[in-house]
Amino acid sequence: MNIMNSLYRLFQGRHGSLGSILLLAIILMVVMPMMFDIYRLNLAGRYLTYAFVALGLVLCWGYGGILSLGQGIFFGIGGYAMAMFLKIEASDPVSTSIQSTPGIPDFMDWNRLTELPWFWVPFNSLTLTIIAVLVLPAAFAYLIGFAMFKRRVSGVYFAIITQALAVVLTILIIGQQGYTGGINGITDLRTLHGWDIRDDSARYLLYYLNAILLIGCLLIGRWVLNCKYGRILSALRDKEDRVRFSGYDVANFKIFIFCLAAFISGIGGAMFTLQVGFMSPSFIGIVPSIEFVIFAAVGGRLSLVGGVYGALIVSFAKTMFAEAYPQLWQFLIGAVFIVVVLVLPYGLASVYGRYGRRLFTPVKDWFSKRKANSSGASAGLKEKRS
Amino acid sequence: MSSNTDFLLSIENLTVSFDGFKAIEGLNFYMDENELRVIIGPNGAGKTTLLDMVCGKTRASEGSIKFKGKELTRMREHRIVWEGVGRKFQTPSIYEELTVFDNLEVSYPQGRGVFGALAFKRDEQVLRRIHEVANEIQLEDRLEEQAGLLSHGQKQWLEIGMLLIQDPELLMLDEPVAGMSVSEREETAKLLRKIAQGRSVIVIEHDMEFVASLGGKVTVLHQGKILAEGDMQALKQDKRVIDVYLGH
Repeated sequence: MNIMNSLYRLFQGRHGSLGSILLLAIILMVVMPMMFDIYRLNLAGRYLTYAFVALGLVLCWGYGGILSLGQGIFFGIGGYAMAMFLKIEASDPVSTSIQSTPGIPDFMDWNRLTELPWFWVPFNSLTLTIIAVLVLPAAFAYLIGFAMFKRRVSGVYFAIITQALAVVLTILIIGQQGYTGGINGITDLRTLHGWDIRDDSARYLLYYLNAILLIGCLLIGRWVLNCKYGRILSALRDKEDRVRFSGYDVANFKIFIFCLAAFISGIGGAMFTLQVGFMSPSFIGIVPSIEFVIFAAVGGRLSLVGGVYGALIVSFAKTMFAEAYPQLWQFLIGAVFIVVVLVLPYGLASVYGRYGRRLFTPVKDWFSKRKANSSGASAGLKEKRS
Repeated sequence: MSSNTDFLLSIENLTVSFDGFKAIEGLNFYMDENELRVIIGPNGAGKTTLLDMVCGKTRASEGSIKFKGKELTRMREHRIVWEGVGRKFQTPSIYEELTVFDNLEVSYPQGRGVFGALAFKRDEQVLRRIHEVANEIQLEDRLEEQAGLLSHGQKQWLEIGMLLIQDPELLMLDEPVAGMSVSEREETAKLLRKIAQGRSVIVIEHDMEFVASLGGKVTVLHQGKILAEGDMQALKQDKRVIDVYLGH
């Protein structure tokens, strides 16, 4: 009886029911690996790294009302951090012996650098690299958030500033070719501590690692939304002044969710680099940043799993259409975005909310009956609550 | 002349100007502990601006606002709330998408920092307090309902409840009965008299009958200054008050 109760409680929680996360986990870890060959699976893995960013946007845009058009920044920081480590490893003195300075990345040599710049040095270590992937995006988000939210910059102004920052970062990376690899990005990444990340078994492993991390981030997001913080966040989106005059330092609450979104995006960026084998500024600027927003909008900005489905569906559609009609894709994605905003403001998840939920009501009824039977001792105030 | 610290709230020489227009000018206002005070005045007299300044929404150009001897004019908004000042806005300001329960829980004065809110546990004490307040504002049987679905009067009560749960020492209510039916007004007057026990309350109101039913001292504001102060009966005889306000 007790087991039934805890099982029932697992499926509760208004945001991101565990059932939907479980279903997603099954699709990601069982169904897709069975359906796809390694090429397609690797592609799916790449799209799932975008899902991290979409998930971050569900949290900060959907629930927190903070629209960021610069999430590519955090995806990029995570991705570049990982790429720098892999590039140093790929540039060992033996394989770079034809360079005028062997042992440094090729693009540095082309730009007549003779030693590794100081900010590359920490990326010799995998531990420091992982720390950088986990800390740098959130730290940068903290700086942006602190500067903006403490001054009460919000809404459209915040969106424009984040977009501008994404452009600035892109220009900076492209301009500093010797330090960053420029417009080509950091390419030709091969091994991680001697482990070839390009062969099939590595791709399988990375795909699964990616899926597990994504589910982990979903669970973090779910936990955050379901505690008091999550309700304050929704309250904030609705009536900011009421929250402020109820004794909350509103800026801190916004900074936190923005940092969390950046943290999650950074993990996605690092996984992108590992699975795709390169990182470039084209994943940071305006276009990718807006695409991330479209993923979240199509999937449903109030649904944690919606963001993941949105990233998968839109990206696969992009691949299929762009192969056939490369010119038309931009128009199509624009049209999809408009249709979603006009007809389905809460995305595909709201379609499920409207029609699909009925499919599961018999299951839920069964659980509630079990619960009604087993309660009694733990009645009291808790009973009133449920 | 008594010193500042004897009063719960003492406002001295308060001035604020918006692009040269002085919404409040050289205002002095004192309030005792456990006092119920009503502020009346014609539109544009500066009533709402005064409350905005006490709770930190609008910053003073000059003058001081002391609450329990502490200066509020430079304090950040949420700190003013922590000091024990609660403010109800004119239009019901509740979280429409959340349930009544959540509205009250979000207002519960615990877990006010980011990490506090993440670690917040809904324990027996929290539940008891929420039910207690819900009972007081007559919404106990609607806790699970979405707040946006409440009637206008119930929304006003809910916002009052959201302040009550914080147990403020000074409660400021901006036109709490605007748009309410007659029976709702009576209920609200009853509620206000009850919650005024053990705390100070400032009420801004237009409705004279309602003001009379509350009792307590009345302050008449006009053009950013205090025109008269006293009980309602005396003010009704005051020539200046009749001219600017009651005569309409």
